[in-house]
Amino acid sequence: MSSNRKTLWQIFRAPLLLGLLSLTGLIGALVGDGLFDLISWATLGSALAVIAWYWAKPTV
Amino acid sequence: MNVKAWFLVHKWTSLVCTLFLLLLCITGLPLIFHEEIDHFFEEETEAPPMPADTPQANLDRIVDAALSERPDAVIRFMFWDNEEHPNMSFVSMAKSMDAPPDEFISLVIDSRTAALLDAPEPDRGFMYIMFKLHVDLFAGLPGMLFLGFMGLLFVVAIISGLVLYAPFMRKLDFGTVRRQRSSRLKWLDLHNLLGAVTMVWALVVGLTGSINTLSPLVIGYWQQDQFATMAADYQDQPAPQKLGSLQASVNTADAAIQNMHMSFIAWPGSQFSTKHHYAIFYKGDTPLTARLLQPVLVDAQSSKLLPPEPTPWYVTTLLMSQPLHFGDYGAMPLKIIWALLDLATIVVLGSGLYLWLGRRSSTARRVAEVKSGGLAEEVNA
Repeated sequence: MSSNRKTLWQIFRAPLLLGLLSLTGLIGALVGDGLFDLISWATLGSALAVIAWYWAKPTV
Repeated sequence: MNVKAWFLVHKWTSLVCTLFLLLLCITGLPLIFHEEIDHFFEEETEAPPMPADTPQANLDRIVDAALSERPDAVIRFMFWDNEEHPNMSFVSMAKSMDAPPDEFISLVIDSRTAALLDAPEPDRGFMYIMFKLHVDLFAGLPGMLFLGFMGLLFVVAIISGLVLYAPFMRKLDFGTVRRQRSSRLKWLDLHNLLGAVTMVWALVVGLTGSINTLSPLVIGYWQQDQFATMAADYQDQPAPQKLGSLQASVNTADAAIQNMHMSFIAWPGSQFSTKHHYAIFYKGDTPLTARLLQPVLVDAQSSKLLPPEPTPWYVTTLLMSQPLHFGDYGAMPLKIIWALLDLATIVVLGSGLYLWLGRRSSTARRVAEVKSGGLAEEVNA
């Protein structure tokens, strides 16, 4: 934990990035098959990877 | 609005919807895989093998086969799914045109020989119970609209949760989970982490789910709006007693449509047509247009065409909301991702409930907890 106060950008950049990735994935698979499906799995899957990473990571 | 106001919005919208949302998430889990589960547990009817170039039977023979099998019933819909079930015509009948939508008789007829393949009984097993609990709580349209309203509360809870994320995270790094202190702090951190990460998915699935609950109203409005306007000249004519050739009507419709294939037909007097027309619905061939429908209305006696009109925006919105809610548009990996995100949402809902139940406290103390990144309650503990 860091002691300095964070700016809104610092707080929201990670959720914002994951939100944009999710949105890409949600729309991607609608547009096409094949490569579009692949993009959709990777981007939506990234949210799950982030959860797994921080849940399993030993912290303070 | 200040932190306290947002906290109260988050608390009350969540409290009202959480138990219903838990029910929706749990019943939704098997529904994601309903195709696979049906395949596994049911003996699938298949059309017998015949040479690939065997021609399709005249549609009027399919109609005759259905009516002679069930002379006590009328046909409401006929549909096809050539990818999953080639050469099979599905006929949906009822005791009368205005029987309730879920009182139907199903027949499966070979599209080439017009032979009856199966007369499946309506499913009343486990998946049916999951489906009804998920869609309308066994309470019809009021149940659907109620769940739609719960979905909207869920959306407000997500947005207010996002607002509270800012003061909570003021001094915390993204992804912080403090598991060595109290159990409350650990679950508060996980609630924030999982909520922030799954937010966009949960917003989209929640919102499209709420839109889907409006489907009976949207379809009813479509009938009274576009279909009624298109068939305005028929307004004073009595409903036809005897229907003309279905095949001739489909031929007429086919000639008016390019680059799409027939998906289903609604009979005159059914929920999806006028009193005087076969409504023949076409789907596109790309992943996007396969979700959209273009209806063609053809006079059920004379086979005369009504010039097709574009599907209105509110129906297109409804049709696009379906895949975005079901997660059935990106093969098996997307379904698995959908299920895991659903489980993550269950954790968010469950931890939220736990945080509320955990230790009774004043609003002021809860707000202090949010503003301090969870530490205020630690000091008091």
